[in-house]
Amino acid sequence: MSTSTTQNEWPLWEVFVRSKAGLDHKHCGSLHAADAKMALQMARDVYTRRQEGTSIWVVQSSQIVASDPGEKGMYFDPMEDKVYRHPTFYELPESVNHM
Amino acid sequence: MSQASIKVGSAPAVQYLLRLGDSCLVLAQRISEWSGHAPILEEDLALSNMALDLLGQARGLLTHAAKLDGQGHDEDQLAFLRDERQYLNPVLMELPRGDFAFTVLRNFAVATWLLLLWQQLEKSSDAELAAIAGKAVKEAAYHQQHAADWVVRLGDGTEESAARLRAALATLWPYFNELFDADAVDAAAQAQGLGPAWSSLKDDWLAHMGEVLREAGLSLPRNSAYQSAGRRGVHSEHMGHMLATLQYLQRAYPGGRW
Repeated sequence: MSTSTTQNEWPLWEVFVRSKAGLDHKHCGSLHAADAKMALQMARDVYTRRQEGTSIWVVQSSQIVASDPGEKGMYFDPMEDKVYRHPTFYELPESVNHM
Repeated sequence: MSQASIKVGSAPAVQYLLRLGDSCLVLAQRISEWSGHAPILEEDLALSNMALDLLGQARGLLTHAAKLDGQGHDEDQLAFLRDERQYLNPVLMELPRGDFAFTVLRNFAVATWLLLLWQQLEKSSDAELAAIAGKAVKEAAYHQQHAADWVVRLGDGTEESAARLRAALATLWPYFNELFDADAVDAAAQAQGLGPAWSSLKDDWLAHMGEVLREAGLSLPRNSAYQSAGRRGVHSEHMGHMLATLQYLQRAYPGGRW
């Protein structure tokens, strides 16, 4: 019971880890923490135990603005028939085949 | 069938290494008792990580102590086959894990002390010890920060968390004395350049402790005259029980491996 109380009181944080310099920070999970400093430490202890990381971002989950699953159709379906937006749609002349 | 106990020699360098190595080993065992019991999953992992760091440090130190001791023992034999009086950790390390406030306050005090010690040991005349210190110093720095944050959080938290932290400080305070006792083993280590006399770390340790405890709303208690003597092998009633758990497998199944 105390656990669920704790988790109701502590906000949820999303964790992004960069595995190597030059690569992007990738979302790898979430955790509960009382504040940003604790969230960073917990992220280090939960998500980088096996050398996964060289840098960590955390952001409160409530700060993320997400698209509405109900609007998925309106948002994303119109892209289905726009094959010409992919570079592979175009045939290149032989001379630039290795571009 | 059971495994006969071993003894280590009394060379000061071996004793000096065992005091530190046993501290890491015994505290690792105590912290790892939180696995599956910490207040939240994230802290469960943080404590397990800390225990494993300490265990890694203990392995290096016990291996090196065994080598200097020259009786052909290895880290496992030193960890699992000595009798209680042969362990040289300060009593502080073996005290039962207590509540979460007790655990984070002890972790903070020990990490602060270890960090100061490892920083000096990086300059050891013993290359192997200096190498162990070079790795451990980063681990201790993180342990210290993580535990210090918890100390401030609890001290500056609810009435109950502050009361528990105050109680933990009152219980632990007399046991800190032993970290800074001066004796012949210490003096020999300092003279050989093996490592600092532990007593030389006291002022810096007190300054760090005071800073964080003040931030947590606590003040340093008055000096205690109590003197525990784990470094000479005289332990509390808790040590034997802990060793029974720690040693059981190797005693029951000598040489057993995963």
